[in-house]
Formats: sequence, structure tokens, C-alpha cells
Amino acid sequence: MIAIEHVSKWFGEFQVLKDCSTSVAKGEVVVVCGPSGSGKSTLIKCVNGLERIDRGEITVDGVSVASPKTSLPKLRARIGMVFQNFELYPHMTAAENIMLAPLKVLRRSKETARTRALELLERVGLSDFADRYPANLSGGQQQRVAIARALAMDPIAMLFDEPTSALDPEMINEVLDVMTSLAQDGMTMMVVTHEMGFASKVAHRVVFMDQGAIQEDSPRDVFFDRPTSDRAQLFLSKILRH
Amino acid sequence: MSGFDLGVIIRSLPLLLEGMGVSLLLTVLAIAGGLSLGAVLAVLRLSRLRAVRTFAATYVVLFRSLPLLLLIFWFYFLIPLFLGHPIAGFDAALIAFVLFEAAFFCEIIRSGIQSVRQGQIMAGLATGLPYGAVMRAIVLPQAFRNMVPVLLLQCINLFKSTSLVYVVGVRDFLTAAEIVGTRDHQLTELYVFAALVYFTLCFGGARLVKRLERRYAL
Ligand SMILES: Nc1ncnc2c1ncn2[C@@H]1O[C@H](COP(=O)(O)OP(=O)(O)OP(=O)(O)O)[C@@H](O)[C@H]1O
Ligand SMILES: [Mg+2]
Repeated sequence: MIAIEHVSKWFGEFQVLKDCSTSVAKGEVVVVCGPSGSGKSTLIKCVNGLERIDRGEITVDGVSVASPKTSLPKLRARIGMVFQNFELYPHMTAAENIMLAPLKVLRRSKETARTRALELLERVGLSDFADRYPANLSGGQQQRVAIARALAMDPIAMLFDEPTSALDPEMINEVLDVMTSLAQDGMTMMVVTHEMGFASKVAHRVVFMDQGAIQEDSPRDVFFDRPTSDRAQLFLSKILRH
Repeated sequence: MSGFDLGVIIRSLPLLLEGMGVSLLLTVLAIAGGLSLGAVLAVLRLSRLRAVRTFAATYVVLFRSLPLLLLIFWFYFLIPLFLGHPIAGFDAALIAFVLFEAAFFCEIIRSGIQSVRQGQIMAGLATGLPYGAVMRAIVLPQAFRNMVPVLLLQCINLFKSTSLVYVVGVRDFLTAAEIVGTRDHQLTELYVFAALVYFTLCFGGARLVKRLERRYAL
């Protein structure tokens, strides 16, 4: 579904991504982890063209992201994305946040979009919050609305960039639960996260990045039992200690 | 001069009101022109093309560094020499105001747009909205909320500045007050009255802005 091949990227002189290759098959959940600044966010943003790549190729469902012939809005409409800081639109209610893209991009009618938004809110456990503004929602609730917003476009894959790292500990699970149920429904997911509990339960594969390079790309059990790279071992021992 | 005579104000009310009409008309026209030009400049200022950005930035720096009074003189005294025919005081003042205020409005609008987090644009783009739609539906409404209080305060300042047209013989409110005061030898009454009127309008306006700000704060 998502194929990343020999991708390199520079910010000026600084090389953020170094010859990265990996893939996410249909229905697969791939967790990307690694220390801060290792290029995880940059890599995941390249998948839907929010960041441009300088070398290599990324294809999503056979469509080349970097090709000048590709319409990025059209491609992005089919890929959901969830951000660390939720990024709900503060001037719109939860329902309006979810309805915006279906209305403007898919040209759905107001009623259709609203009905769908309410369904999705129910799915993330927020039926009673449709008409609340983001400012009146907790972080966990905001992130669940953000997931519903991404789902409203019926995406073929979902990208998550540290969806729980801005949350208070007691709200992390409500978001992870929604993500787990998505995975169980067969959604194709690429998830940047440090939640190793989630990774060990839900992920099919784990990708470990360090200093812009993919150091390890293993099936979940291999990654947790006997990671091949020293850096991944060190990272795991640090992160699993608490 | 004996005592404070309110009668003069009541007697000359029509003249004073006419002056206020001129002040307000100039304010409204200058806001309309200044905001339009300012919005265009703000867009240029955020352009991807360097030359365009530099042009707009130079404009802003230039007009913010000149005294408004000097601009009014320019358009009243200097430009007519080149044109070969005079420019009416009101028109000269209006042109000067529009050009001058545009620089300030530009900066207010620009910082309003830039106050919207980059992540909001990313989030909008990620759902498949084209850039223009992201601007219209997500960025500008937030930017507008952020800049409305500052814009309104700038408009109040502009209203105060319109009293400068005194120097080119436009009969605005302050000029009308001065004319009446001189004619009837009651400058004290008229100057105190003018001060009260300006204070009430500007202070009241500023209070109103504060209240709006609190009411619609995000
Ligand atoms: N727009 C940019 N311009 C220049 N450098 C950037 C830019 N964005 C990111 N970087 C740099 O690229 C490197 C990788 O950033 P990235 O955000 O992808 O890391 P990350 O793995 O997501 O880290 P974190 O866990 O902190 O989110 C960092 O060193 C960062 O400072
Ligand atoms: Mg990151």
C-alpha cells in the first residue's frame, strides 16, 4: 500500500533522511520509533507530500507522491493523518471539524456529512460532543475527534505522528483504544509512537530510526525479543525501563 | 471672558456636526482604502517571490518612517506642482491617509495570518483541501479573530489623526470648533468641548474593543 524506496532529504546542508526504505502492506500496522530528532515526523510527512523528498520514491496505492503529475490534494484526500498536537480547527465545533473536508473536497451534502460525522463521533466514543468547540474538550477527546476527522474521508491508510505524546497519562489509553480498534478493523496504519505497549500488542512490524536512517525494520516479535542493531537495543532498554 | 458658556456650543451645533460628518467620512474612506491596500500588501508580503516580498516590505518601512503630516503636505502642495493643477484638501488628505494607514494595516493583517499555527495548514492540507481552501476556511477566520481588536484600535487612532487635516483647510470637527471659538471669542469652551468629544469617542471605542475581545476570545 505504502512503499518508501531509498528516500533521502536535506534541510539545507543537514541530511534529515538517509536512504530510507520500508513499506506498509494493506491492512498492516507499522510502528516507527526512535530518538527525538531522528527524522520520524519528516519521514511520515513525506508519505502524503507535506514534506518534499529530494531523492528516492514513495508510492501510495501505486501513485507516486513526488511525481509532478500527481495531484497532491487528491492523494491526501485518501490518506488520513493525525498529528501530535491534534490541530483541530478552533473556530469550528467537533462536528464541523469532521465535516469540512467531506463538504469541500467530496462535495457531500450538509446532511450526509453531518450524519457521517455523528457516526464517526459515536465510533470514537464522543456522541455527546458533536457541538462542542475544541477549547471545551480534553486533550484525549480532541485527539479522538481528530481521528474521526481523518476517517471522514474514508482513507485507504492512516498516518499517526506521535498521537499520544502531547496527552496527560490518564488520557493516553482512550486514544490508543480507538487506534487499536481501527487496526483490528483492518486499517492500514503507519504510526510514529513511543508507546511500546501499543506496538507490542498491535503492530505487525516495527521500524527503528536513528539519525535519519532506518536502523532496523523487523517483525514485531523479532524487534522486541532480539533487535539486531545495538542502537535499537539501547533504545528499547531505555524506553521499557519505565 | 466670564464663566463657562455652554450656549455657544448649542448655538453652533449644526456647524460642529457638519465638521464631525467630515471627520467621520474621512475616517471611513481612509479605513476602506487603507484596509484594501493593506490587505493586498499583506498578501504580497507573504508571497513566495522574493522581489514581490521586498517591494511590499520596502513600502511598509518607507511609509511607517514618514510623518503623516508630511505626506499630507506632499499631496496638497508638492504633487499639484507636478500635475499642474491643485488637489482639494480633502482629496489630498485622503490619499495621504490611505497610503499611510495601508502600511500599518498591512502589518496587522500579516501578523494575524502568521499567528495561525503552521500545524493548522498542515492539518487542512492533509485532509485533501487545496491550499486556497485551507486559507479561506481555516487560516483566515482564525487570523481575522486575532487581528480584529488591533485593527479596531488602529481605526480609532486613524479617527484621531484626521484632525491633522486642519493644516490643509478641510473643515473637520476640530477645525469647525476652532472656527466657532475664534469667531465668538470662546476658544476655551470649544477646545474643552472638542477634547471631551474626542475622548468620549476614542475611550468609548477602546472600551468596546476590550469587551468584544473578552467576549470572543478563543
Ligand atoms: N523545517 C525544518 N527545517 C530544518 N530542520 C528541520 C525542519 N524540520 C525538522 N528539522 C530537523 O530535522 C531533524 C528531524 O526532525 P523530525 O521532526 O523529523 O524528528 P522526529 O524524529 O520526529 O523527532 P521528535 O521525536 O522530536 O518529534 C531534527 O534535527 C530537526 O531539527
Ligand atoms: Mg516528531
